[in-house]
Amino acid sequence: MILVLAALAGGFGAAARFVLDSLLRARIPVRYPVGTAVINASGSLLLGLVTGLAAASLLSPELQVVLGTGLLGGYTTFSTASVETVRLVREGRAGAALAHSVGMLVTCTAFAALGLAAGMTLAG
Amino acid sequence: MRATRAASGGPPALPAWRSVVLVLVGGTVGTALREAITLVVPRVGDVPVATVGINIVGAFLLGVLLERLTHSGPDVGARQDLRLLVGVGALGGFTTYSALALDTVLLGSRDSAAVALLYALGTLLAGAVASWAGIAVAARTARREAGRT
Repeated sequence: MILVLAALAGGFGAAARFVLDSLLRARIPVRYPVGTAVINASGSLLLGLVTGLAAASLLSPELQVVLGTGLLGGYTTFSTASVETVRLVREGRAGAALAHSVGMLVTCTAFAALGLAAGMTLAG
Repeated sequence: MRATRAASGGPPALPAWRSVVLVLVGGTVGTALREAITLVVPRVGDVPVATVGINIVGAFLLGVLLERLTHSGPDVGARQDLRLLVGVGALGGFTTYSALALDTVLLGSRDSAAVALLYALGTLLAGAVASWAGIAVAARTARREAGRT
């Protein structure tokens, strides 16, 4: 049951990603895939937070699966980031490609750590 | 992923409901597959090898799909539906970045910085190579088919 709920939550996460990416694309007209970067960074922060709260037993393991594995797993995406990076490389934009790969990885990992710390601090 | 633009040509609007539903359905299936694989494939030490495999396979398949669609025509109608359902939805939901980021943090604190770095950079590099390979395979197939007609 939890897994069905988590899968559905992943569907909603993917839909949220699509809507947010569309909005960002329309409002920030740059030749860089800003949407994926914002989505993955925010999703990593939130997954850290969810995991931190769960570690402190402020969130049930079931809710952790639905929100973490489901919603945020579906919201963030690796495949799009990877294809976008390859496209940037093929366009000869090495700096942008590096930002979209290593830069994104460092940022998202830092955000996940921040969320984790915040979750555990909130829990006391 | 491209947004569905308003027909008026004014400022681009929210995507159509139909598009959002396609992504939602695909995302549900992709997430279910990721959960199933993660449950079946155990971690090696603390390393989530299931996530590694999922992200690399997903990166390859998205490269194949998008390149294939690009070669077959403009992003409208059935082609756009397929991109939204399978590309943005299923493969987007199948692969995950938040778990990659969080597991890097956890590996760094539980194991060592070296294991965390190897996991994170290894996934990143293998993913990029996989996407590149997917694009190349689809482009070659498309060229071969074009040559035949």
